Amino acid sequence: MENFEALKAQYQEELKSVNGKEELGAFWQKYLGKTGQIQDLMKKMKDVPKEEKPEYGKKVNEVRTWAQDLYQAKADEIKLQEEEKRYKAEAIDVTIPSEAKVGNLHPITLVKQEIIEIFAGMGFEIFEGPEIEDDDHNFTRLNVLKDHPARDMQDTFWLTEDLLLRTHTSPGQIRVMDKKKPPIKVLVPGRVFRSDSDATHSPMFSQMEGLVVDKNITLCDLQGMLDEFVKNIFSSDARTRLRPSYFPFTEPSVEVDVSCFECGGKGCPLCKGTGWIEVLGGGVVNNKVLENCNIDPNEYSGIAFGIGIERITMLKYGINHMGVLFENDVNFLKQFKA
Amino acid sequence: MKVLLSWLKDYVDITISPKELEEKLFSCGLEVEELKYLGDNMKNVVVGEIKSLEKYEGTHLQICHMDCGKYGDDIVILTGADNVFVGAKVPVAMVGAVLPNGMEIAPRKMQGMMSYGMLCSGEELGIEEGWYPGAGVHGILILDGETPVAADMVDVLGLNDYLYDISVTANRPDCQSVLGIAREVAAITRKELKNPDLSYTEDGTTKDAIKVSVADKDLCPRYLSHYIYDVEYKEAPQWMKRRLLSCGFRPISAIVDITNYVLLEIGQPMHAFDLSTLDDSTILVRRAKDGEEIVTLDEKSYKLTPNNLVICDSNKAVGLAGVMGGLNSEITENTKEILFESAKFLKDNIRKTGRALGIRTDACARFEKGIDEYSVETGMARALHLVEELGVAKISSTKGDETAGASTEKRKITCSVDKVNAVLGITVPEEEMVSILKALQFEVEVKDHTLELLVPRYREDVETYQDIAEEVIREYGYDKVVPTFLDGAMVTNGGLNKLQSKELRTKEILCGMGFYEIQTIAMYSKKELDLINLPADAPERNVIELLNPITENLSIMRTVMAPSMINVIEDNIKKDNSAARFFEIANVYIPKALPLKEMPIEKKMLCMGAFGKGEDFYQLKAVIETMAKAFGLSFEFVKGSVPYLHPGMTADVMLGGKKIGHLGKVRYDVVEKLNIAEGKKADTNIFLAELDYSALSECFKAEIKYQQPSAYLPVSRDLSVLVDMDVECGRIMKEIKAASEEISEVKLFDIYVSDKLGNNKKSMAFNLTLSSKTEEVTDEKAGAVMDKVVERLAKELGAEMRMA
Repeated sequence: MENFEALKAQYQEELKSVNGKEELGAFWQKYLGKTGQIQDLMKKMKDVPKEEKPEYGKKVNEVRTWAQDLYQAKADEIKLQEEEKRYKAEAIDVTIPSEAKVGNLHPITLVKQEIIEIFAGMGFEIFEGPEIEDDDHNFTRLNVLKDHPARDMQDTFWLTEDLLLRTHTSPGQIRVMDKKKPPIKVLVPGRVFRSDSDATHSPMFSQMEGLVVDKNITLCDLQGMLDEFVKNIFSSDARTRLRPSYFPFTEPSVEVDVSCFECGGKGCPLCKGTGWIEVLGGGVVNNKVLENCNIDPNEYSGIAFGIGIERITMLKYGINHMGVLFENDVNFLKQFKA
Repeated sequence: MKVLLSWLKDYVDITISPKELEEKLFSCGLEVEELKYLGDNMKNVVVGEIKSLEKYEGTHLQICHMDCGKYGDDIVILTGADNVFVGAKVPVAMVGAVLPNGMEIAPRKMQGMMSYGMLCSGEELGIEEGWYPGAGVHGILILDGETPVAADMVDVLGLNDYLYDISVTANRPDCQSVLGIAREVAAITRKELKNPDLSYTEDGTTKDAIKVSVADKDLCPRYLSHYIYDVEYKEAPQWMKRRLLSCGFRPISAIVDITNYVLLEIGQPMHAFDLSTLDDSTILVRRAKDGEEIVTLDEKSYKLTPNNLVICDSNKAVGLAGVMGGLNSEITENTKEILFESAKFLKDNIRKTGRALGIRTDACARFEKGIDEYSVETGMARALHLVEELGVAKISSTKGDETAGASTEKRKITCSVDKVNAVLGITVPEEEMVSILKALQFEVEVKDHTLELLVPRYREDVETYQDIAEEVIREYGYDKVVPTFLDGAMVTNGGLNKLQSKELRTKEILCGMGFYEIQTIAMYSKKELDLINLPADAPERNVIELLNPITENLSIMRTVMAPSMINVIEDNIKKDNSAARFFEIANVYIPKALPLKEMPIEKKMLCMGAFGKGEDFYQLKAVIETMAKAFGLSFEFVKGSVPYLHPGMTADVMLGGKKIGHLGKVRYDVVEKLNIAEGKKADTNIFLAELDYSALSECFKAEIKYQQPSAYLPVSRDLSVLVDMDVECGRIMKEIKAASEEISEVKLFDIYVSDKLGNNKKSMAFNLTLSSKTEEVTDEKAGAVMDKVVERLAKELGAEMRMA
């Protein structure tokens, strides 16, 4: 009978000293390979007396299973060690900066989107009209008649006697009402043009017109809606104040101030000590404008407002010079991530 | 619009403080831009009498012993002026005084002797001759002998007054006067309005030679004239001069001052012609002849066109209507007979004349906002009243009233109280409404909750019940509006439509790839088209030009985005920004025909620009391909040619067989033209792409439809192709794909160039994915497909296969 115990002891001893994948391979060859010592045990079966063969076979199988289990455990251990080694070898300095190339939207777009989302939630659709308009849409049908002083207020870039660069997004009101009958809730964002340029004016800037036409719409609704707007865009305790103004396409017309979100109305440099900041204009749609779009003012009424997007952008981000919005300096642009 | 508080008080009792008045005005729509206390910069300046005077030997100074009553009866003050004398009453700036020029007075040693104050000149007190006689002389201001000692100079000079600078909205030309503001103050404070004294007496004399007529009544709907004579050339009284000076007018003579006074008080610009200068004593209002010339009061000469209205005598123009009088009919000290003019000119015409000739006058400013006929009448009457009050001339009975025939009746408006409240959304009580409208000088009758209104004649802006609603809420108070949230409105669906959402997504995709959105101006100059080497016959040279550009730099509507992008990159390089990626989605403007007849095409473009280290053609191309793929689209790129792009690094971007844009490296000669440091030019790499976003957006899929994947596994095959150097990869890939329907994907994985391959040859290796929806792709089948590919490449491109 073979000395299984001696073989086992030798096996165990030798396995312990195995190091690394290669030695493990050699070890496997030595014991568990085709010509290995444990395989050899099976081959020796032929020399075992017949009556002992079952006992011997059983024993050999036990040893082999035992050896294989031990081997597997060792193999797992070595695999783990090898992996560890590899991890170590591959370790990197994770603090080395990577090149993160991410841009962002222009602040004017960000604010425009924010305004759109606020009003979209109130049921406003978005309409974009042409930037080159005709006199009819930009002035006449908005009740800005040929000799109207409002044509002074907004100095216009003319292309021909009739065509011009729109001076406001209000012609969008006309284009919407020509196509659609009430109920109307629409926002018209877009670029507008005026022929003045200085520290506080750019010849091109962005506006957002809002228009609601339905039954029983009143001045109270204008304030309610704009209260909601300023709460969302500035701060939850912001509120509005209306004061008289003049636009040919609204009557009554109002200038809308928002309570200063910097000082809460106590007075500070931002609000020039008044507690209020002028943010937009609006009013009840002039019946003449409704009539110009074949909407019966006896049945319907409307409210409209116009927001200067640059102004809101500057207030929101604390930008004090309008020019930087159009300089497109990447050091300015990259700040608008959130 | 500048108004003195004391002047307002002539027409309405004001019992509230100047600050409260400012707030009241603000609440009813008259924003006070500035409220100035006239005596603000004068403190501790009092009247003193010179008790004794001695020369300070060895200096140019005089030692004055001043009696300033309760401020001290023997104050020693040194003065360098030599117009002082014992007994003179003079302004004394006491120790601690502040003067309008900012000077603070302290005890001061002058040439070894202490002086406790300063005697002041008119100039030091910020006033001029017209304000106080003697204020203009060089030396100390000698006050009237009756002036009480110790009186505050603020009171002596009448500076205890407030000046309001009020901004008036364009719909309220009636507020461009003291009287107009007084009417608003009376309404908002609910005080009685005192009307100006318009009384005068004509003496019954006539001058029949005078002929006044209006040829162009469309531009001059009302023209009042009145003849006055025996004119005495003298100065206006001090109260009038001070009011004029406060409002920025220089006193000239009583007659001229009266016209300016009426302009300020009533809002009616007046003119006075020296009758002796008018040929045939004739006034004719007509359009100017083409090329007709006039020299105005400021001695400037203007060449006129029939768009300008002139006042003429029988031979020549004597005034530019509504803008400025002519030098030839100016009032002088010899003027004895005057024809007063009070007229209404068409605001549009005056505005255009003023603009065209570059003249801004106070008259012009008022006419272009609009003068009502009520003011024309009131102005003339007030002027004649003042002529009488000041005793400047005799008022004859010769007068004229040329009218286009507009009604002088008050406008009638009838509307229900409910209708007014329906505009506002709150319920203003009927009696409150009536009271407000009455305070605003409306005549009101109420019948069965319906208002029957007669509108004051100067309120040409009030026509409808909406206007009435504004009048009511203005006075009732906007703070009484109760915010409601569209209670009456129907529910509507809001938000961006699909196309708008996709545009936002396009932008966000680009941001995710390192691009910053920019905003550039839609106009530029023709020079920008030269910058990008556009040939003379390029269609992009057909530009829409602005008729009235503010600068040559912004004189045409852009037809290409590239210059705008290049300029932004140029600016960034100038600021030492080393690299960046930019994009913009904006319009270019393509005329359908020139000269422009109809609205042009506004084509939305997507422009991308990248510069700096690490940028190359393929990076930008990858961005464009990624963007297309994000929308499930696939672009094709073919070699292109663009005037401002590198001829060897330019591709046209094709979608569905149509060109929708291009990309490439900006040419060196374009970079050369940029305004950046010479040293930086060599290293400046700019890559640019311009895509027709309008066309691209039309190709966006409307709906996504799920496609069942093939049940059969795809098979991969590699292929190495030997071709001539100039055969483009895109062409090979196109031919491979065209060879068999089973080829679902082709990827380039290697390019090999070597002399060993033969002259001018290159090898390109591709990985092909073969798949079928209907059957398994067997080796045999794959082999057949590959044979087809090889055959096609050989035939179309003369390609040979290289065995790997």
